[in-house]
Amino acid sequence: MQPIEIAAVQRALDEFAQQDVYLHLETTNGAYAALRNEAPMAVCAYIRNGRIRYERGRITGSGPYRVGLKLADGWVYAEGLTDWELDAQGRLLLAGHDGEGRLAVALQLSRHPFPVGGLGEAKR
Amino acid sequence: MNTKHVLLIFPHPDDETLGKAGAVALYTRQGVPVTLICATLGEMGRNMGRPLFANRETLPQIRERELREACRILGIGDLRLLHLRDKTLEFEDEDALADRIEAVIREVQPSVIMTYYPGHGVHPDHDALAAAVVRAVRRLPRDERPVIHASPVTRNAEAVLGPPDIVLDVRSVLDVKLAAMRAHRSQTEGMFKRLEEEAAKDPKVKEEFERNLSVERYWIYRVDE
Repeated sequence: MQPIEIAAVQRALDEFAQQDVYLHLETTNGAYAALRNEAPMAVCAYIRNGRIRYERGRITGSGPYRVGLKLADGWVYAEGLTDWELDAQGRLLLAGHDGEGRLAVALQLSRHPFPVGGLGEAKR
Repeated sequence: MNTKHVLLIFPHPDDETLGKAGAVALYTRQGVPVTLICATLGEMGRNMGRPLFANRETLPQIRERELREACRILGIGDLRLLHLRDKTLEFEDEDALADRIEAVIREVQPSVIMTYYPGHGVHPDHDALAAAVVRAVRRLPRDERPVIHASPVTRNAEAVLGPPDIVLDVRSVLDVKLAAMRAHRSQTEGMFKRLEEEAAKDPKVKEEFERNLSVERYWIYRVDE
């Protein structure tokens, strides 16, 4: 991943607008946050392959950055984004890393579902 | 009892190494075959290398490569990936999860199983998989049950569980253990960099680090009770 270039990310957000896309949205402070006294408790939430369609997506801020995607009936929001990549599969990956390179937040968009494992499913 | 086969059952790449690589290396040096069940690829790990070289989508492939390298270093000849998803084990069907583990136990017939201590894993995946191990072992006839060498992660383990049943001096394989830790580069590089920075200021930091790594503690988990 590279440090976010706001104009390039904005172009990518525009390309994913107005169509059905798969969303990976995540925030975490790590499963051991409480054990290491880094935080009062471990907190994490993620959605993998939420199917959304946004009419307007913007990246703002002066770093770390924020992204808001305006849906017909709501919003997708992420704060603390520092790095980005448009990967070989054409997926837009945005993430926020702390000073030690640990991921704290991620917002990713893809035209195809992100891989998932699970009992009873074929290998990814 | 003579150890004839050891089965490691852990949810994430690096669980088999951190805190346990010494015991594993001692087994394989004695010629004991070791099988590792790794349930996920640690897809949701936070560490992405320092400097960053992984992202959320490349992390599983990177961690699988790192795991295979750590297995090579430790002499683990048999790796079974379950391809479940990081952080989701506690939401899967308990019996279905136990089925997958029971099948491997019946196949390799281990005398020792290493896993996390049920209820003391801190990470929900650790506890869910350890519970599945207990469930699988309980299905075996009493005299065929392997001994479970369990690793707690909780800080108060000794106060709650009493002293460890096994205290291993792993100094003779410390280099192997460190090499296996470094093989999990995406997950340990940041820690090693921090250690080097601190050691540059105070050489005692490194001594302390290596002293801590030189001893491993295991509690025998009794499934019959």
